[in-house]
Amino acid sequence: MSPLTKLTTARRAGDTGPGTVPAAEPTAPTPPSGQRLGLRERVSWGVSDALAVTQRNLIAYTRIPEMMVFSSIQPIMFVLLFRYVLGGAIHPVGYTYVGYLMPGIFVQTVCFGAMSTGIGLAEDLGKGLIERFRSLPMARSAVLAGRTTADLCRNVFVVLLMTVVGVAVGFRSGTGFFPFMAGVFLLLAFAYALSWGSALIGLSARNAETAQAMAFPLLFPLTFASSAFAPVNSMPGWLQVFVRNQPVTIVIDACRHLMVLAGPDAHDAGSPLKALAWIIGMLAVFCPLAVRKYRKIA
Amino acid sequence: MTATSEGIPNPGAAIVASGLVKRFGDVPALDGIDLAVAPGTVFGLLGPNGAGKTTTVRILTTILRPDAGEARVLGHDVVREPEVVRNSIGLAGQYAAVDENLTGAENLRMVGKLTHLPRPLIKERSVELLERFELAHAANRPVKTYSGGMRRRLDLAASLVHRPAVLFLDEPTTGLDPRSRSELWAVIEDLVADGTTVLLTTQYLEEADRLADQLAVVDHGRIIAQGTPAELKAGLGSTVIEIGMPGEGSSLMALQALAPLGVQPPTLDGTTVKLTVADGPSVLLDALRVLDTEGIAPTGVTLREPSLDDVFLALTGHAAVTGSLVDGSAA
Repeated sequence: MSPLTKLTTARRAGDTGPGTVPAAEPTAPTPPSGQRLGLRERVSWGVSDALAVTQRNLIAYTRIPEMMVFSSIQPIMFVLLFRYVLGGAIHPVGYTYVGYLMPGIFVQTVCFGAMSTGIGLAEDLGKGLIERFRSLPMARSAVLAGRTTADLCRNVFVVLLMTVVGVAVGFRSGTGFFPFMAGVFLLLAFAYALSWGSALIGLSARNAETAQAMAFPLLFPLTFASSAFAPVNSMPGWLQVFVRNQPVTIVIDACRHLMVLAGPDAHDAGSPLKALAWIIGMLAVFCPLAVRKYRKIA
Repeated sequence: MTATSEGIPNPGAAIVASGLVKRFGDVPALDGIDLAVAPGTVFGLLGPNGAGKTTTVRILTTILRPDAGEARVLGHDVVREPEVVRNSIGLAGQYAAVDENLTGAENLRMVGKLTHLPRPLIKERSVELLERFELAHAANRPVKTYSGGMRRRLDLAASLVHRPAVLFLDEPTTGLDPRSRSELWAVIEDLVADGTTVLLTTQYLEEADRLADQLAVVDHGRIIAQGTPAELKAGLGSTVIEIGMPGEGSSLMALQALAPLGVQPPTLDGTTVKLTVADGPSVLLDALRVLDTEGIAPTGVTLREPSLDDVFLALTGHAAVTGSLVDGSAA
């Protein structure tokens, strides 16, 4: 039996009836012609499209568990390295070293994790998936919204994991449930804003390797020249100016303030409002730029 | 819609384009493309890499905006009403745009959701399409385990989930082995039998000949010839005879001796004489007789269907390969 006959038979069996021309009947519940969509439909489709893309990206993460495992190993090694190898030589005022360290580790982890947003988008572009999405009657925003939402879900898991690791190496919050959760919220919001920045990089880079190569030199100084691992007043004066005023330090200090019970003379704890302002500012810049880039790529 | 037919010929056509122009920087990718595709027919865009085929498809599928000209799909302007156009089109590309980490069934269900089909219908269509494209056995396997032919079939299936009335196939079989290619051809023929309008791009004359009702040959962003495959091939002669010669002298002699036999002057490629003829087998006998009379013994004889290169040589005087080198960046 030739493939042609087989296929034809299968097709006929699926037909709705004799003489129908299914291909010519628009079966999607969309306005038949010309008619513009109402705002409510637009919003509800925008949300359901974004959820469909989120689901797709989350399924993909579960299909490559090795990626999840390896991307978790690196921050765990950082915890062990600083807690047990280097930490003994670092004495922040007002904190145990593990208490000082963990907010820094949280923020560093979500910073490097944010790279996956851009890398994933660059891969989708390279494989022609974005091209398909652009030919579908789906919301324009869904690809970016779905990808960043999936990465937000991933970050919830990552923060949970790092909290468990922190507790295992002796981290105790002491500020109570709600302040700690406020810290977690700030952390996730920062991660979400970074995802949009990463999306912008990924869409500009257009392939995964370039996206990674572009993001790394930005993230490395921001996460290490920060208050993550060592007290800022131990650094040279000119560096302190940069460190104190860059967003990663500001978010780390806010998380430290919310998540760690410190002594009265403690340094490097900061205002959550200032961190929130940075996060909102980053979203206000990155979201429109990323959406514009997405619309323009062809 | 006010000006449905203004400036556009053939308002009843499923796909119409007039004067499409697109530049990438200084490189003109499209230099005034006009075409009209009747509903329920297959229109083939034939041309080498970089001729402007993919750019045309991307404009017609609303992915790219033209710099000039206009295009309509089922009467809707691709620039002004892209959302309406997207509802009625499907696109399957040469890069098999499916998600490798999802299973075949998950890929189809995702497209179903993104085209806003009701939930039960998504499930029904996915199952039906997977069966129809002989992917049911692999429905729950991640696509990264699929062969090239399977991916391409899934890509085509994904473009059909919402049953588009107009289907765009951008080099659907490029890079496939002959068996997968003929399987895919059968599937496409089956779709057309159901009434779908298809615009197909291809580098293979054989593919265009088998599938297309109307053909347009594209070169350097322009349509250089249009007609049915039979008309185009009649202009070319339908068969090419290639006769290998032992040396330069004998090949030049043969070139002269064989000139009266072809529908156009024979050409020389190294020491191989290429003769385009209307009736292959009988002219082949004549050709061998002529050579025998001249006392020339050929080293090899091949009879074949004309290739895209032959079409290009006949229409433009340059080979298709040259076109792709000059114009490759404009793909």
